[in-house]
Amino acid sequence: MRETGSHPQPTVGLFVTCLADLFRPSVGFAAIKLLEAAGCVVEAPEAQTCCGQPGYNSGDTESARALARRTIEIFEGYDHVVAPSGSCAGMLKEHYPHLFSDEPEMARRAETLAGRTHELTSFLVDVLGVKAVSAQFEGQVTYHDSCSGLRELGIKEQPRELLGSVEGLELVEMEDSEVCCGFGGTFCIKYPEISDHMVTDKVTRAGESGAGMVLAGDLGCLLNIAGKLKRQGSPVQVRHVAEVLAGMVDEPAIGEPGFGEAEV
Amino acid sequence: MRATSHQFPENVHEALANPTLRQALSKMRGGFPVNRAQAISRLPEFDALRDTARDIKNHTLEHLDFYLERFEERVVANGGQVHWCETPQDARQTILEICQRLNARSVTKGKSMIAEEIALNDYLEEHDIRPVETDLGEYIIQLRKEPPSHIIAPAIHVTKDQVIEAFREAHTELPADRPLDEPRDLTDEARTMLRQEYFDADVGITGANFLVAETGTSTIVTNEGNGDLTQTLAKAHVVIASLEKIVPTMEDMATILRLLARSATGQEFSVYTTLSSGPKRKEDLDGPEEYHVVLLDNGRSDLLGTEFREILRCIRCSACMNHCPVYGAVGGHAYGWVYPGPMGAILTPTLIGIDQAGHLPNASTFCGKCEEVCPMRIPLPQLMRAYRTREHERGISPKATRWGLRLWRFLATRPRLYGAVTGLVARAIANLGWGQGVVTSLPLAGGWTSVRDLPVTQGRTFRSLYKQTKSYPASSTK
Repeated sequence: MRETGSHPQPTVGLFVTCLADLFRPSVGFAAIKLLEAAGCVVEAPEAQTCCGQPGYNSGDTESARALARRTIEIFEGYDHVVAPSGSCAGMLKEHYPHLFSDEPEMARRAETLAGRTHELTSFLVDVLGVKAVSAQFEGQVTYHDSCSGLRELGIKEQPRELLGSVEGLELVEMEDSEVCCGFGGTFCIKYPEISDHMVTDKVTRAGESGAGMVLAGDLGCLLNIAGKLKRQGSPVQVRHVAEVLAGMVDEPAIGEPGFGEAEV
Repeated sequence: MRATSHQFPENVHEALANPTLRQALSKMRGGFPVNRAQAISRLPEFDALRDTARDIKNHTLEHLDFYLERFEERVVANGGQVHWCETPQDARQTILEICQRLNARSVTKGKSMIAEEIALNDYLEEHDIRPVETDLGEYIIQLRKEPPSHIIAPAIHVTKDQVIEAFREAHTELPADRPLDEPRDLTDEARTMLRQEYFDADVGITGANFLVAETGTSTIVTNEGNGDLTQTLAKAHVVIASLEKIVPTMEDMATILRLLARSATGQEFSVYTTLSSGPKRKEDLDGPEEYHVVLLDNGRSDLLGTEFREILRCIRCSACMNHCPVYGAVGGHAYGWVYPGPMGAILTPTLIGIDQAGHLPNASTFCGKCEEVCPMRIPLPQLMRAYRTREHERGISPKATRWGLRLWRFLATRPRLYGAVTGLVARAIANLGWGQGVVTSLPLAGGWTSVRDLPVTQGRTFRSLYKQTKSYPASSTK
């Protein structure tokens, strides 16, 4: 734990998110690189696990509370908490305070955490005032607006502004970029047919944009979109926006061949 | 109507396999949402109006008994009658008695979702009274013997060709070789067929978009004028409305009316806004001799004081379903009862029970679009989540989900164990890809891999790499 404000540089507790931890560590490291480049001291506390959203959205309020409680404790000492996900950041920011409506002390702590929590691109642009990143990427990309980030946190222009500063990158908008991709957490497993219909629409729109790569700020959507594109045998690639902004694109894109033997 | 909400996944399967339905639904995407967006862009005070409308309804619901009694007083003073009906059966019976007293053989009907809710048509038919739907969409689905699939566009699932087919089959008295290819031909034919029905009907039944307490007025909005003929030409006008339709004043109604058509069809106002405040007066040239308001509760008053009271603000504009990607994929019939889409995902379990309709509040990605467009600021995802919580608490959510959540909580509250297990899983999923980048089939993850591949992991978890190096392996970064 750090003492708030004792450091000349802002301290950031990185909430890696369980999906990035398990599926794509490079997203976490890209976030660290971007935050450090913006002058932050970054730490990813070891005890963090999951924000509790699966339980929360499945009606298991008790498990959501249990996970929220420990997340609040773990991240209490940092100036800011940043997640490379609008969905998890939204959980901490918008939903944690409601979870403790009958526990005033926890509600207060949840509120404090909520006020200090940000999604990655929003933190860089809105809080730190970052206007540009130093990265290169040759080619056209299209950006999918993930629902929670867009509607709970107002994330729309921030990733686009940063992408605009990437050398060689051209952003081409797809139609319906704000329409849900059909991931929805457990929804995609409980109602695979509807989810399939939605993600098929999404990859069709993405394909029509002509871009060779789909970017987004949430790994859930990205795994869904990449999984559908690969099932269709599409050459369109998929990455988390942080990877491109950090210039960390040497590793295969999501769902592309190459992993399976990864050694450090 | 017999609810099929409990078999939602089967309904979905059927709907997604129906190419005609796909064709009909695909047209909606470029229609209502686009028109709504344009209408709202021309009304800078739209969001402020939403706040005002929400406050009006909240205030009204807090004093519901007062305003309903006030409404009744005014209706009676105007020479009409209010019938308080707790259950659908009470409402059906009340309407039947009015019809029987007037020896009604046929009744005309304006569009009413409450009439669907109480299954009025079936009941009247059982008692040898012929209901005639006069709204074009309702007329079409009545001919096709099916329920509405949308609350303002009941026949949105029907293609033009299917309408032509239904008209040829039903209107056998007309020349078989008449042209029907133009939409105009169809509306003209419906108009011809319905014209005499208005004069023949003994009772005209309409719904209500608003009940105004200060004047005892019921108001309907339509685009076809069918409601006006229904209610003015018959001997008796019966309004069937649920009790939350009440607003205190004409001005309150005017405020909400500014939101209604814009949110629904993108019109600034519907073509007809018709106010009825009682039977024909001495000096009136025409109008019904009797005016009845059948006020239905059907469990709504039980919602007051609960978190679900917010759904009582709903003005049935349909914006939530028009913008819902799930509704857009499966259409309204898949929801299996009267009310589809996000508002139906709240109202259906409320009215027919969560045991019957448990799927509906679960069949949402929580994308939040419905809440974004709701003119009455109803937090629809939050209410769906509240139903999921009830299901979880009552132990009626699926066993696999419950065990999965229990296991997840167990692991996620034990970081060391969590790290060990996720490390193994990360390694296993990476290996299962055999260098292909994806897993195409995975036991216990059939819901995922039945329709899409599972991208592999990067072999190790973030936590294990971070612990070791505090940064990503140098070879992997630029």
